[in-house]
Amino acid sequence: MCTYATARRAVDGSAKGPGGAWFHVTDATVYFDHPVHAMAEHTLNIDLADPSAGPGARVAVELTAESARGLLAAIQEALASAEAELAV
Amino acid sequence: MSDTLSASTITITGNDGDEVQAYLARPEGDVPRGGVVVIHHLPGYDRATKEMVRRFAELGYDAVCPNLYWRQAPGAAPDDAAATVRAAGGISDEQLVGDVAGAAAYLRGLPSSNGKVGVIGYCSGGRQSVLAGLSVDVDAVVDCYGAYVTGTPRADSPLNVTSLEDRLGELRCPLLGLFGNEDKTPSPEHVDTLERLLSEHGKSFEIHRYDGAGHAFFAVDRPAYRPAAANDGWERIGAFYGTYLSGKEA
Repeated sequence: MCTYATARRAVDGSAKGPGGAWFHVTDATVYFDHPVHAMAEHTLNIDLADPSAGPGARVAVELTAESARGLLAAIQEALASAEAELAV
Repeated sequence: MSDTLSASTITITGNDGDEVQAYLARPEGDVPRGGVVVIHHLPGYDRATKEMVRRFAELGYDAVCPNLYWRQAPGAAPDDAAATVRAAGGISDEQLVGDVAGAAAYLRGLPSSNGKVGVIGYCSGGRQSVLAGLSVDVDAVVDCYGAYVTGTPRADSPLNVTSLEDRLGELRCPLLGLFGNEDKTPSPEHVDTLERLLSEHGKSFEIHRYDGAGHAFFAVDRPAYRPAAANDGWERIGAFYGTYLSGKEA
């Protein structure tokens, strides 16, 4: 199916993108839909981007649903293990 | 029928008079023939779509695919352009209608044109193909697993997608629909609704459903590819356009 399911968040950080250069990212788009490259019918796709720098300023990942859940757990685990005062 | 063809990137006049990039493929020679507007899928104006455009030329039609994401991401890689447009909520129905109308006018302006133009779309383009059939002077519409021709999108969807259920009585030409029975959007129930509404409105249509196939079964570069469904689908498309784009009254 073509899910159209899309969620967006403003983010603040950096990503290593096209040409191996780091850049500041401001926007995250998360969607569960057809991947461009991954060999699965549907994947959890994340775009970290700086729209002000054009369409190419983007880091994209396409993860199977299972691995996306694993990544989510890993992120929560890492944040939970940090000193509370650091993780703000 | 010759398999000698030419293909190139051109500029057409789209919605609001905008100059829009498009991909054109034409058979060799000036034998009068119909034209086909190909509407790309949500992942964009990509290599797989351009292969389909060339296939229509090989089938004997002048074919053109407007880059629907040209305004938002001119010159960008197809996947980056698709990501940009998705994050911005997709393209408007108004833009789609204007771009297809521009593409149809371009095809009718070619010296080889017999005046007939069909439209075909895949995935999101399937819905947009039907939308074009409601609003643009075209002669045949093919909907390949378009979501939300019938059925209602989630209320919180950030994308500009609305159901066409209430407008199907406006359909101006015959419709061919090709669907996978394992698809969820459109589901077999969505296709039932489409079939019922087209019947109620007295429209000319044919719908084919494939077991063992889900969404995107035509996509040869994706795991969803189902050769049996795709091969039969191409034959249905060839026969349908052969009937309605031949230049003779069907």
